[in-house]
Amino acid sequence: MAKFMLGRKAGMTQLFDENGLAIPATVIDCGPVVVVQSKNLETDGYQAVKVGYGAVRAKKVTRPLKGQYDKAGVEPRKFMREFKTGETFETGQEIKVSDMFQAGDQVDISGVSKGKGYAGTIKRYGQKGGPGSHGSMYHRRVGSMGPNTDPARVFKGKKMPGQMGGANVTVQNLKVVISDGERNILVVRGAVPGPKGGLVEISTSVKAR
Amino acid sequence: MNLIQAIESEQLKNAYPDVSIGDYVKVHLKIKEGNRERIQVFEGTVIARKGGGLSETLTVRRLSYGVGVERILPIHSPKIERIEIVRKGRVRRAKLYYLRDRVGKAAKVREKLANKSR
Repeated sequence: MAKFMLGRKAGMTQLFDENGLAIPATVIDCGPVVVVQSKNLETDGYQAVKVGYGAVRAKKVTRPLKGQYDKAGVEPRKFMREFKTGETFETGQEIKVSDMFQAGDQVDISGVSKGKGYAGTIKRYGQKGGPGSHGSMYHRRVGSMGPNTDPARVFKGKKMPGQMGGANVTVQNLKVVISDGERNILVVRGAVPGPKGGLVEISTSVKAR
Repeated sequence: MNLIQAIESEQLKNAYPDVSIGDYVKVHLKIKEGNRERIQVFEGTVIARKGGGLSETLTVRRLSYGVGVERILPIHSPKIERIEIVRKGRVRRAKLYYLRDRVGKAAKVREKLANKSR
């Protein structure tokens, strides 16, 4: 069944696995989340659960959101996210990392990637640059826009400069190394999108289901 | 940062604070052959100590049949059984990369004598 969790990226380090090899690891400050609403087939047409995560000052919560938290009878949280799931949860129930994930599980992690600003095609798509000297005058330019008379237009999806980063990114099939419900820590092998302190959504790997 | 230190501290080995640059050391490495484990000793001069926390490494250099061999060893690795200090070196630099360009007697590190009396 699809499991889920919310957390904040704490940063990266390296750990030694059981064979004594160093593996890259991301530490996530993960959960606990509190169930704000449990959606079901009869009233909502689909089954899902809405959870809140993270401490927030009471005056920072907008009134529409506060209404939702009040209805559930829980303290307001900083983030609210909905996950589709087959399981049913009680409103107000607290869920810890260890309830959801164990070491060895495969997970997908989504977050908002670090913003890179307005980037050219070399940085954005990994294209090759032109010669640096010998009068080339073609250093980091875009290159050809495509054929001339026949299409008489530039094809959609042509790789051009533009905003890079700051987009939703999902990394699939990360392996859980440590899942600690007491200290609320999740450690996965590999990198996770976003800056330190950025919100990440963790769910059971689509490909492992 | 505290979370990361908490995770790292579980695997930290309280490792060898007295191994310093210029020391001549014997590193006892666990080598797995099939399902048998044995100890292999790599000895040489410590020419660099890099990184912090769990990622800290030692660079050990030696001459083997006239060829320079360097190994970068993660200090906290469970594959390192122990590190034995054979003799302390007297050096004035944190990184001894200059040893790479030297041969013979010039590539030697002078021994640090305890209290000048030994």
